[in-house]
Amino acid sequence: MRLKTGYVAIFFTMALLLSGCSSLKSGVLNPQGPVAQKQYDLIIWSIVLMSIVFIAVIVLFVYMLVKYRAKSTNEDYVEPEEKENKWLEVLWTAIPVVIIIALAIPTVKTTFSLEKSPSPNQKPITIQVTSANWKWIFKYPEQGIQTVNYVNIPANVPVRFQLNAVGPMNSFWVPELGGQEYTMPGMTMYLWLEADKAGTFIGRSANFSGKDFTHMQFNVNSLEKTKFEDWVANVKKTAPKQTEKMFKDLLKPGVVKEQTYSSYPNIDVNRLDENGNPILEPQSPTHHHGNGGKEDNEHKELEMDMNHNSHTNHK
Amino acid sequence: METTTSTTKGYRPMEYASEEGRLKIFGFWIFLGAEIVLFSTLFATYFVLVNQTAGGPSGKELFEIKIFAMETFLLLTSSFTCGLAVLAMRKQSKRGYFGWMGVTLLLGLGFLILEIEEFAMLVEMNAGPTRSAFLSAFFTLVGTHGIHVTLGIAWVTGVMIQVWKRGFTPVTSRKIFMTGLYWHFLDVVWIFLFSTIYLLGVA
Amino acid sequence: MKDFLFNFKMPEYFFVTGDPLIYGAYVSIVLVSLGILFVLTYYKKWGWLWREWLTTVDHKKIGILYLLAALLMLFRGGVDAILMRIQLTAPSLNFLDADHYNQIFTTHGTIMILFMAMPFLIGLMNIAIPLQIGARDVAFPALNAVSFWMFAAGAMLFNISFVLGGSPDAGWTSYTPLAGNALDPGPGQNYYLLGLQISGIGTLVTGINFLVTILKMRAPGMTLWKMPLFSWSTLITSVIIIFAFPVLTIALALLTLDRIFGFHFFTLAGGGSPMMWANLFWIWGHPEVYIVILPAFGLFSEIFSTFARKKLFGYKAMVFSMLSISALSFIVWVHHFFTMGSGPWVNSIFSITTMLIAIPTGVKVFNWLFTLYKGRIEFTTPMLWALGFIPVFLCGGITGVMLSSAPADYQYHNSYFLIGHFHYVLIGGTVYGCIAGLIYYWPKMFGFIMNERLGKWAFWWFTIGFNMCFIPMYIVGLKGMTRRMYTYPAGLGWESWNLIATIGAFGMGIGFMILVWNMYYSFRKGQRDTTGDPWNGRTLEWMTSSPAAEYNFAIIPKVKGLDAFHLIKKEKAAGVKEEEVELKPIHMPKGEAFPVVMSGFMFIAGFGFVFEWLQIGAIGVLGSIITMIWRSFNDYDRDYYIPVEEVRKTELAAGRRV
Repeated sequence: MRLKTGYVAIFFTMALLLSGCSSLKSGVLNPQGPVAQKQYDLIIWSIVLMSIVFIAVIVLFVYMLVKYRAKSTNEDYVEPEEKENKWLEVLWTAIPVVIIIALAIPTVKTTFSLEKSPSPNQKPITIQVTSANWKWIFKYPEQGIQTVNYVNIPANVPVRFQLNAVGPMNSFWVPELGGQEYTMPGMTMYLWLEADKAGTFIGRSANFSGKDFTHMQFNVNSLEKTKFEDWVANVKKTAPKQTEKMFKDLLKPGVVKEQTYSSYPNIDVNRLDENGNPILEPQSPTHHHGNGGKEDNEHKELEMDMNHNSHTNHK
Repeated sequence: METTTSTTKGYRPMEYASEEGRLKIFGFWIFLGAEIVLFSTLFATYFVLVNQTAGGPSGKELFEIKIFAMETFLLLTSSFTCGLAVLAMRKQSKRGYFGWMGVTLLLGLGFLILEIEEFAMLVEMNAGPTRSAFLSAFFTLVGTHGIHVTLGIAWVTGVMIQVWKRGFTPVTSRKIFMTGLYWHFLDVVWIFLFSTIYLLGVA
Repeated sequence: MKDFLFNFKMPEYFFVTGDPLIYGAYVSIVLVSLGILFVLTYYKKWGWLWREWLTTVDHKKIGILYLLAALLMLFRGGVDAILMRIQLTAPSLNFLDADHYNQIFTTHGTIMILFMAMPFLIGLMNIAIPLQIGARDVAFPALNAVSFWMFAAGAMLFNISFVLGGSPDAGWTSYTPLAGNALDPGPGQNYYLLGLQISGIGTLVTGINFLVTILKMRAPGMTLWKMPLFSWSTLITSVIIIFAFPVLTIALALLTLDRIFGFHFFTLAGGGSPMMWANLFWIWGHPEVYIVILPAFGLFSEIFSTFARKKLFGYKAMVFSMLSISALSFIVWVHHFFTMGSGPWVNSIFSITTMLIAIPTGVKVFNWLFTLYKGRIEFTTPMLWALGFIPVFLCGGITGVMLSSAPADYQYHNSYFLIGHFHYVLIGGTVYGCIAGLIYYWPKMFGFIMNERLGKWAFWWFTIGFNMCFIPMYIVGLKGMTRRMYTYPAGLGWESWNLIATIGAFGMGIGFMILVWNMYYSFRKGQRDTTGDPWNGRTLEWMTSSPAAEYNFAIIPKVKGLDAFHLIKKEKAAGVKEEEVELKPIHMPKGEAFPVVMSGFMFIAGFGFVFEWLQIGAIGVLGSIITMIWRSFNDYDRDYYIPVEEVRKTELAAGRRV
């Protein structure tokens, strides 16, 4: 009786899973570019390998439960004298080793390949991504434009995202284009992505960053190359310029709508502190110039920049 | 938890005479193991942050060979006299124990005074722990050792009073032995501090 | 000086206000406290409470205190979970706002790991380990009480945060810079740091205590290779605790220094390194995961062997696999942040070390399965929980291997796929193990057996609810839902899965309530255990009466092999005569007030530092140091002897021949 209900339950679960499969084609399982595709292939391969383990264990488990459960026929059970079985133990150490090798090799290969451009023959485009409380800022250094909370990319062109953060860490994730990478304050990270067709994909922050973290969702619009160029030209012509003050206001905590700018101020976000203020280093009486000389110079420039900035603010 | 005051196996020092004493000394060794992990973590953070001077002074400008050489001398000597005190306890010599432990305490106090002066001087030079990540790590690591020395001094003093009142018993001799272990441990940590922070710092 | 003494800077909100849930909590806290005060006074139980519980150093009672605290925390953490699930039932609900939700998932995670899973297992260790190795207590009974009261002080401090000053809200991982003073000022995050600090020191002391106990106090004849698996797992766990917890102590201390005293370990200004927190946290945090799973493995091993009526298959392989898991646990921490750009070499290496864990774990699973082979499996409730563990832990394990592959992890990291994975291992492994162990050792603690029928109801509600709750999480994770979102928009295909998950969560809640009801029901009507051996057990803890006498064993048993009690029973059945041993007076430690008083001062210190009232903090620290000094000066006559007559009387009363 109990077994029968078990079979019914299994049947229903299978039915539910099968009917669910068609709706699974979104997010990670719906790769739309070469990076996501590589990861998808790896995921599917790991699922295949793990299914072998799963089925083997479950079959053994059910067999043991059915065969050796306490019943009236084995009431005279006497504990069998049993020795350790070396062969069995070697077997179930060896099988996991083989499976892990089968997973480790493609893992290492993919790890290294993701460091490189997904389409090395294509000229890539660079986009600087900055997460700030609680918004995404996208700078296009080659085009000199900036967008907020959405990003347009050319289809079939590898994109090299340069990731930074002002304030807390976030994680830049567009599941349909590929895996994520953290945005961290004070250091720059890189992520290659590419869309192999036009379309709109949802991205979001995957690392909790405080109050309005949930709303850090953005669209990635992949446009045909010519359309992308038209869009850039149009932005340059029509969108407003962004002043330093506007940029500093943008860094203040809050949620903003999508924005587009035809220029952006030259501020190194890696030199900003948790609240978006420049890191000022007070001069100490025993200050000296050591190996940090280059940094020092940069730092002075930034300070001057900011002094200048506060000046303009006063006016 | 049986108490066996003597065994047939032969001589056992008094601190090991009881089951309780043996357990506590073994447990204390394990505790010192955990302390090593604790200090290792602090050393690791120090080396991550050692170059993060944020435009402030570095170890090379701050550490004075005279001071830390003196500190090292005091602490190493105190470790030696502490060992002599424990030996005196083994010989049941109260005079020896109080004499050598007294010297140990004085040397420890001397070390502590030097360290506090060093810290005060740094703070005065605008090189306190809030100045830079490097200085935060420096003060925390050296300060943690300093707090350990302070607690050690308090502990040794407390044990000395107990010995004064009760003489050498299995319990008091166990305590003397453990304070001895602790004191040597502080010395070992200091040797690492001295060589990796101060010596490498000025080099 | 005056400035220091009377500087009580108030946080923005001292009493948390604004939400009906909070006011409800205030009312219930006051009512429950009054109720407890009334009952204790009315029945004149204050002296009893003080003598028997607050000052006890008996490992069995301390174990019960741990379990009581752990169950309360399971309730608190469970309520947090239910609140979160209600908020996520449907898109764009406003049941909780973002701030409230952020606090709740933070406290849920912290409480479940540190104040539920660990004390639950430490409680079971306290109850079973000295009995299992044939000892009269742990090595340092007073320190054992210190451990418990430190844990209790830390847990209490953490829990009052939601009414006084506000709860922490940076996640249980508390990553800087989010958790730093610049972005998250105020008492909330301080509660996290100090609550964990105080209870963490207690845990470290437990580790030392059990290591010494197991290494030095085993019954004559019990070599390490004749030691039951739960004792082995506790031994290995103790070693991990001793290596891992000092790292937590330092990490918490450094962040406290940053927040309260303006140091620069993790702040950008001053050149600190925010990422260092992630490293320190997970260097402790990953071993911590094994601290809460290995004892559960030990419990399962005992239970499988008991109810399959068979010696554990591959005993030595089981021990070696635990040893290798514990070693590997220290070299995999980077897999928690593959996505922080450590480079392909680091990611590859840590991927492989992580995958390696699957080998010893696989060995364990197969050994458990082959313990069932040719046995006679009795489906008692503890066994049911143990059997249920195999398939659910398997799900957690295989998704763990999937996560270990770094490039794939870029797609799973921080998504609900990850949430599904670690709940499958932590609930499927640790919680199943805790409940199995609780029911298994229940008669040893209280002398009666929990009702089997209710027990099975609880199991099925919980198990079905559990799978309903967490399988959908794997799916929404792959569909791009990230953890810690307080709400989500419609139209992403997440709705139905979230609804199913919420229903499942309620199923688990019902399962938990049946379990608690079962405790009360069985207390009134449950079957009494007069033999001390209700399960036909194989290890020494079943040799004593239930509940065991204060001194555990009137005569310390002699161990001749693995499953020592099973061997003794077998000899007896074969007619081998027992050796006559004369009773001797039994040496026992006296109860003492020092642990609870010192932990009280620690609580005061913690509370002071939380609100950055340094004078209160100083009073607390000073108080606990003075209590320690007092204890050192009164370290004499801390023990007494139970005379032979009294031992004989106790044994006869328990129906035992002496």
